[in-house]
Amino acid sequence: MPTATPTFEAKPELIEAVKIALGADVVSSTVEHGQLIVTVPAAKIVTALTALRDASNLMFEQLLYVCGVDYPDRPQRFEVVYALLSVSLNLRLRVKVLTDEDTPVPSVVGVYPSANWFERETWDMYGVFFADHPDLRRILTDYGFDGHPMRKDFPLTGYVELRYDPDQRRVVYEPVKLTQDFRTFDFASPWEAITDIQLPGDEKAVKPPYWEKPV
Amino acid sequence: MTDQVMATEALGDLPVEDKIGMRIKPFTMNFGPQHPAAHGVLRLVMEMDGEIVDRCDPHIGLLHRGTEKLIEYKTYIQAVPYFDRLDYVSPMCEEHAFALAVESLLKITPPPRAQYIRVLFSELTRVINHLLNVTTFALDLGATTPPMWGFEERERGMEFYERVSGARMHANYFRPGGVHADMPAGLAEDIYSWIDHLPSVIDDLEELLSENRIFKQRTVDVGNVSRADALAWGFTGPMLRASGVAWDLRKSQPYDVYDQMEFDIPVGLTGDCYARYLVRVEEMRQSIRIMRQCLDKMPDGPIKVDDRKIAPPPRAEMKRNMESLIHHFKLYTEGYHVPAGETYSAVETPKGEFGVYLVADGTNKPYRCHIHPAGFAHLQAMDFMAKGYMLADAVAIIGSLDIVFGEIDR
Repeated sequence: MPTATPTFEAKPELIEAVKIALGADVVSSTVEHGQLIVTVPAAKIVTALTALRDASNLMFEQLLYVCGVDYPDRPQRFEVVYALLSVSLNLRLRVKVLTDEDTPVPSVVGVYPSANWFERETWDMYGVFFADHPDLRRILTDYGFDGHPMRKDFPLTGYVELRYDPDQRRVVYEPVKLTQDFRTFDFASPWEAITDIQLPGDEKAVKPPYWEKPV
Repeated sequence: MTDQVMATEALGDLPVEDKIGMRIKPFTMNFGPQHPAAHGVLRLVMEMDGEIVDRCDPHIGLLHRGTEKLIEYKTYIQAVPYFDRLDYVSPMCEEHAFALAVESLLKITPPPRAQYIRVLFSELTRVINHLLNVTTFALDLGATTPPMWGFEERERGMEFYERVSGARMHANYFRPGGVHADMPAGLAEDIYSWIDHLPSVIDDLEELLSENRIFKQRTVDVGNVSRADALAWGFTGPMLRASGVAWDLRKSQPYDVYDQMEFDIPVGLTGDCYARYLVRVEEMRQSIRIMRQCLDKMPDGPIKVDDRKIAPPPRAEMKRNMESLIHHFKLYTEGYHVPAGETYSAVETPKGEFGVYLVADGTNKPYRCHIHPAGFAHLQAMDFMAKGYMLADAVAIIGSLDIVFGEIDR
């Protein structure tokens, strides 16, 4: 039976090599769906990525992307994810750092030049500040945009909309007016098997969720 | 005359303009966003020293539609069509990455026939993408015939899209758990006869371009990228291979049935625009090889997982079976819930590595879906690639990057 998903299982050697390369900087490391994820302190990200790039048994030559993830409930609400790829040894690794709105993360442009736009994008979308970045401007949003749209507390519709005003002969910005309410549906329906909510009496029949079916 | 030449030589390495007694002030030029060679809505702010590009600052985001944000508010099935609209030149490959990511979170494997269909259409997509890129690249350099010839075949390829999914471009065909519908009768035969005829079209294109004096003058030794630079700037796909790195996800981290296919990876030697052109042309030939193997080996059987909680029931069954009707209704309103976790799935799209970093929180909507487009990293390197070249070379370099703004701006 052929497998569909790529088979870049994180081998124990990789985990060991990453731990040796990073030393005491590893805050935590997990393997999820065969992919190794390492968390390091935000202040140590430059030395950590340099060590991972230069270690002869890792050789992570490429930084594929940097992205943010927003968890508003946590004290350090942002995760910044660095995805590394080793072309020579066919390895993948994700390095994470945690930060909040005010704490800057050191920029890794000096380690990987490709980080320049990736960090600009993360700044633009999440407002994670990167210290010592050579050119930290917005990249995807409009000139003069206000706010960081990928944050969970930023509404999907945004705050302003723009249109061409034929009288003023220019594009004007106006507050968003929705012609119908934004539709969000509550899907906590009692239909078994898809939604795992417990109705009275359900505790008598404990069964595993459908994705943990015995094969 | 001789005195003049002597005098200019004595001035040493001053700019040319100074030698002839006048100084041209470096000036800033806007290239795009409405420019036929900008391949979409690219705005380049270039600092020019005469004809020479001094600095090149791409301003992107004019096509930013907030795809990642929108996906956070859509169920997993509703998110699939957004991927067609990213790289609208190779739609199915993008869906492939998302389908693989969701499958890995759900821990399901699509049946073999679905995997063969997906590989077949991924390679078909590669052919139609490269047909567009190679020919419009030639158009940027002044050749008008290649697009006429290439687009005819591209349109045939998109007819196959239409027959299998109902849409020429925005297919919404690869779904988590397989593909949406089986191939209609007769499609395999027609694809077979198309790929029998396709190599002669590629030969014709090569005859027009590969040894064309003008084409080579515009591309050879233009936009050189060394192996080290290509790696450091995060290049993937043909851009990386043209710089001499033998790296292809279809070989090194095979997904679906690529590990059962026999094909070669073309690798360039020089890393210039011409090498990228040659790599893409050879990739088309290899894609034809893969498509032929897919059609030969394709087994019969189901085309999506046999789990009604993830894949909808067949239409006919839905009309007569109450349970199927409920399944169908629930799947297209609530959708399936994906167990909490995170994964990164990458596929080798025609432009390079396209990846989806998906964070699920156990509900029916993705918590975070980061899209990693290949062209983003390639366009970022525009500044160092164009530096020191003429303005007309910048057009050649943009053409060789194979950028599409749908995926760069997201």
